[in-house]
Amino acid sequence: MRYSAFEILKQGLSGNKGWKPVWREPEPKAEYDVIIVGGGGHGLSTAYYLSKVYGMRNIAVLEKGWLGSGNIGRNTTIIRSNYMMPGNQPFYEFSLKLWEGLEQDFNYNAMVSQRSILNLFHSDPQRDAFVRRANAMILSGADAELADEAQLRRELPFLDFDNARFPIKGGLYQRRGGTVRHDAVAWGYARGADSHGVDIIQNCEVTGFDIENGVCTGVRSSKGSIRTKKVAVCVAGSSSRVMSLAGMRLPIESHVLQAFVTEGLKPTLPGVITFGAGHFYVSQSDKGGLVFGGDIDGYNTYAQRGNLPVVEDVAEGGMAIMPMIGRTRLLRSWGGVMDMSMDGSPFIDKTHIEGLYFNGGWCYGGFKATPASGYCYAHLLANDTPHPVATEMRLDRFKRGHIIDEKGQGNQPNLH
Amino acid sequence: MIINHPLLGPRDAAEFVYLGDASLMDRPDPEAENAAEQFYEYGYLRDNPAGAHQELWYHEQGDRSWLVVTRDTLTHEITGVKLARDEAKKRGRNK
Repeated sequence: MRYSAFEILKQGLSGNKGWKPVWREPEPKAEYDVIIVGGGGHGLSTAYYLSKVYGMRNIAVLEKGWLGSGNIGRNTTIIRSNYMMPGNQPFYEFSLKLWEGLEQDFNYNAMVSQRSILNLFHSDPQRDAFVRRANAMILSGADAELADEAQLRRELPFLDFDNARFPIKGGLYQRRGGTVRHDAVAWGYARGADSHGVDIIQNCEVTGFDIENGVCTGVRSSKGSIRTKKVAVCVAGSSSRVMSLAGMRLPIESHVLQAFVTEGLKPTLPGVITFGAGHFYVSQSDKGGLVFGGDIDGYNTYAQRGNLPVVEDVAEGGMAIMPMIGRTRLLRSWGGVMDMSMDGSPFIDKTHIEGLYFNGGWCYGGFKATPASGYCYAHLLANDTPHPVATEMRLDRFKRGHIIDEKGQGNQPNLH
Repeated sequence: MIINHPLLGPRDAAEFVYLGDASLMDRPDPEAENAAEQFYEYGYLRDNPAGAHQELWYHEQGDRSWLVVTRDTLTHEITGVKLARDEAKKRGRNK
């Protein structure tokens, strides 16, 4: 069924009895051409582009829990392409372009809202760094705009410009950045993939891989063994656990990132705003709540909850730029488990085991990458060569010395 | 999280800096035949287990000692804290 204004009218007049489930709930077949492990945003978008763009059929997505129960349902919904490194920025700009056409493409309302993202700077050297970043963005075809203090005082009068420690001197705008309704992304991709014949199998945990003579020929799961030509692992947050089933150690640590939502407020924030002297980013949801977050907790964990020192740190960051939120009450906070890689950048690559592919290491930036991650992973699965914008996201890059370290922190995952 | 320091008693984890897996204490031999391979694995690959994890914490805002903490990564429960110095000596190092 195609969604349209006409369809809503028709269904409304016939008592809304004609709506159908958005995807099927099939049992697994004995064999597939491609099995995607992980039914989150990236796994579902991989299935969608693999079936739609690359014309592959006979695909299954295996999900341990229910669809979108992982990080696609636990993020702060921001989209942007304001990176700098050559191995990253073209990829994220490709992703942003896919976001821009996504709702028409998969015929689902994902509430893509290009309400802008603003990175504040607080000193002259930081301004120089942002100018450089802006130039890198423009070179990749993205938009970037430098705003001075006078402009920001007009547009965002509530910011604490005269903060004694971190005065606000201006900011780097990306007007095409913004937010997206995260759950709808999972549902839209699932519906799109399902309509192209992909079997989405929920509550099906992968418990092992069948590997013979260096070739992966299938997976073992809680619903039995399934044969396949290619296995595409896509389980960021649990990558080390799943890949250890294939005997692999990864350049990844699992860390928890907390996020927070306040009570609903009147429209206050026009877009996404980030603090330049600490780690704090905030936007306002369409329901009115301020959605914000900051640093990861910094220790290995698989528990989807963090600790209070980071709550305090995030709150301090918020108070430093927007003292007006000091009396707002928090409604909810939660934690999501991140694949923190050794250079802060992701992987979309084959492994040394033939037929076993790996997508992960998204750190805390996986949501914005959802469309391009799926597209590039699908490209790799269909052609066995990386997509042109994802050629540097290789698993062996540390061995070769070709790291993509945006922040220049080295191999210390909790600093990225 | 509260880390029960062997010398100072229970201390808030916020006083510490986290480094990572305690295997980082065992630096490979740079003279070894396959030193490059060993240093790649030492520097970049991690077991990253879900469950008991031995890890290095540095008491930066305290006595500046390094600790080997055994902590469950699924529950955050800490089951063992030792001085890294003692652990290193146990492994045959002189400090």
